[in-house]
Amino acid sequence: MSNSHSPHLHHHFHSLEQQRQASSLGMWVFIAQEIMFFGGLFCGYVVYRNMYPEAFAVASHQLSIGWGGFNTVVLIFSSLTVALAVRSAQLGKKNQIIGWLVATILLGVIFLGVKCIEYSAKWEHHLVPGIHFNYEPHYTDDALHESTGSEHGTDHHPAPAVYPGHVQIFFAFYFAMTGMHALHMIIGIGLMIWIIWLATKDRFAPEYYAPVELFGLYWHFVDVIWIFLFPLLYLIGRHVT
Amino acid sequence: MTEQKHYINAETTVKSWLLTVDHKRIAILYLLSVVGFFILGGTAAILFRLDLMTPQGDLLAHETYNKMFTMHGVMMVFFFLVPVVPAVLGNFLVPIMIGARDVAFPRLNLASWYIFITGGLFALAALVLGGVDTGWTFYTPYSSTYANSNVILTGLGVFVAGFASILTGVNFIVTIHKMRAPGMTWFRLPLFIWAQYATSIIMVLGTPVIAITLLLLVLERAFHIGIFDPALGGDPVLFQHLFWFYSHPAVYIMILPGFGIISELIACFSRKNVFGYSFVAFSSLAIAIIGFFVWGHHMFITSQSIYAGLIFSILSFIIAVPTAVKIFNWTATLYKGSVEFRTPMIYALGFIGLFLVGGLTGLFLSSMGLDVHLHDTYFVVAHFHYVMVGGMVMAFLGGLHFWWPKMFGRTYNQGCAVFTAIVIFIGFNLTFFPQFIVGYLGMPRRYHVYPEEFQIFHILSTGGASVLGFGYLLMFCYLPYSLIKGKKATANPWPATGLEWEQTTSPPPTLNFIHDPVVTEEAYAYAKKNEEFYRQAIPAESKDV
Repeated sequence: MSNSHSPHLHHHFHSLEQQRQASSLGMWVFIAQEIMFFGGLFCGYVVYRNMYPEAFAVASHQLSIGWGGFNTVVLIFSSLTVALAVRSAQLGKKNQIIGWLVATILLGVIFLGVKCIEYSAKWEHHLVPGIHFNYEPHYTDDALHESTGSEHGTDHHPAPAVYPGHVQIFFAFYFAMTGMHALHMIIGIGLMIWIIWLATKDRFAPEYYAPVELFGLYWHFVDVIWIFLFPLLYLIGRHVT
Repeated sequence: MTEQKHYINAETTVKSWLLTVDHKRIAILYLLSVVGFFILGGTAAILFRLDLMTPQGDLLAHETYNKMFTMHGVMMVFFFLVPVVPAVLGNFLVPIMIGARDVAFPRLNLASWYIFITGGLFALAALVLGGVDTGWTFYTPYSSTYANSNVILTGLGVFVAGFASILTGVNFIVTIHKMRAPGMTWFRLPLFIWAQYATSIIMVLGTPVIAITLLLLVLERAFHIGIFDPALGGDPVLFQHLFWFYSHPAVYIMILPGFGIISELIACFSRKNVFGYSFVAFSSLAIAIIGFFVWGHHMFITSQSIYAGLIFSILSFIIAVPTAVKIFNWTATLYKGSVEFRTPMIYALGFIGLFLVGGLTGLFLSSMGLDVHLHDTYFVVAHFHYVMVGGMVMAFLGGLHFWWPKMFGRTYNQGCAVFTAIVIFIGFNLTFFPQFIVGYLGMPRRYHVYPEEFQIFHILSTGGASVLGFGYLLMFCYLPYSLIKGKKATANPWPATGLEWEQTTSPPPTLNFIHDPVVTEEAYAYAKKNEEFYRQAIPAESKDV
């Protein structure tokens, strides 16, 4: 192998190509486990949304579609900047790697900042499950209330459209899923700082940039999770009003 | 002659062990840790088995009894059986068997050990702070609403330890795909590698689900968010679904690597290649895949729909087919083989007998009608102990005795080892066979107090457990003793085929091989090996183990 003495080659690999393939496969297998990890949450969400569709629709209205939409745009942009960082690494342009990663970090921080605003609003509205939850049924949309009532026949005292407990379950999933997603972003930001440090030490070259590339895969994965979370949490039941 | 440099004496400081990235040293670290957890779990078992000698349970208070069987389950399942073969023998052997210098991600491998220890410390902290009494399954709403809050610590412990398992799985998958030596094609891989590969798939795809499930349980327990609480609209049975979606495949994490070991042992000690190699290889994958679709058979008597139960029942029967393929092929390998009753082989033959009982009683339990009667009785307890202890622990011990000379470069006393193997076999059967009967007669599992007519079975069981414990104690004597006083092992004492025996020393050097190996023949080329063996006529070398 011509590159068998490359400084980037770890002792237990025979060639840079083998090393590159191994690290890439490792990341994909890791992403497979991440999918199963979030999959457990999505599965729980599906079960309860099936059980309490009205409550989920009503609860979804409590979320700010504006902030959610804004964050979606922010994350899509961060996917672009991280892809550009990978491209810079392929071309061996160290300063550009650092620049694009700093941009990605900024976008990530903006996302997390917005998330903080949203979380504190939930706290103010008593929508944090368990510790600070007090949902008033009169928040229920009238139109929805009537339509649910009529489905159940001509009962003069229809059951309330949604029980606070069911709304609470929605918010339990909201916080578990977005919280787990945010945790992944925080870890991602930490990884980016580490990669920037590596870049300043001139650790990357056009024949070796695995950390940048694999981090790109991770960051895209975190974005994709949000692409699923946004409609499932913010957009369901928009047609009802 | 100067002492040869190998992975054990390459560096000798404590720091060189704690910061090692050598897969062989990490295997030793794991070996010591899981043995520690085994001793803890075993002590709990001895205590509650003694307690069950009398129908009133005179030794332990009710609450202590509950905590003891929970601790036994948690320690043995999550901290012993799941990591024991992959993280110990797998870690040691996978790179050597495929001709690699190390696993693909050595630092991740070390990280996995630290994560495992952290998880273990969480679980131990829960124990010290008063213990958990939910059983190892943490069923809601008991765990989320009623039991004490040490559930949180234990749940977090299992959650954290799960990531150690995931990292091991990721490492093995990539290592087996990308690190094989030249000429080591997929169908020349030892069957142990196929089994580890199938296990790794389950670890990677199953473990994250239990992780998130336990996290939800911890949230539920800490904040009462209502996900598993029926009073708030939650569904406790959802917990069971999510739990068993991992925990049934986890049963295969706990047995598939054992299958891999048995294939190696049977081939070596019948001096034959494994009958139907590709069937045995693919049956491991089949078990891994079908294993993901049978979890509902733990829930036949919950609110699960009867049609779902029907499907789960059929799938549970189907998974017996690839399992039976293995048993038949091992038997066919023995047929007309030159069978030698060395210590590892005695464990292997014990495995076949015990696993057969465990596997077949599994079919009883996957029959819905019969399960209504047998569910949550000692019959179930006996069934899974025949699989887990009669299967996995016997396989692990067989493997440990087989590769011991390779791992430590020393040989143990063959007479002691054979005697111990027989003691363990007898003790095991005496412990668990009566439980099939008492379970069928209606003794529910996890009960502290029971009717007097069941006492005779419990006395037999406790007697058996004492014999079993004595067997393990013997092992804790002669194996460590061999490290100090044992004769030096040759590179290939049995003699067996495989890169770990034929291409490297005992113990291997730090990077496993002095020259990177090239593979030119199929696995288990025992016909050729035997010929060489008789031509060279060196029986003196083979007799020292």
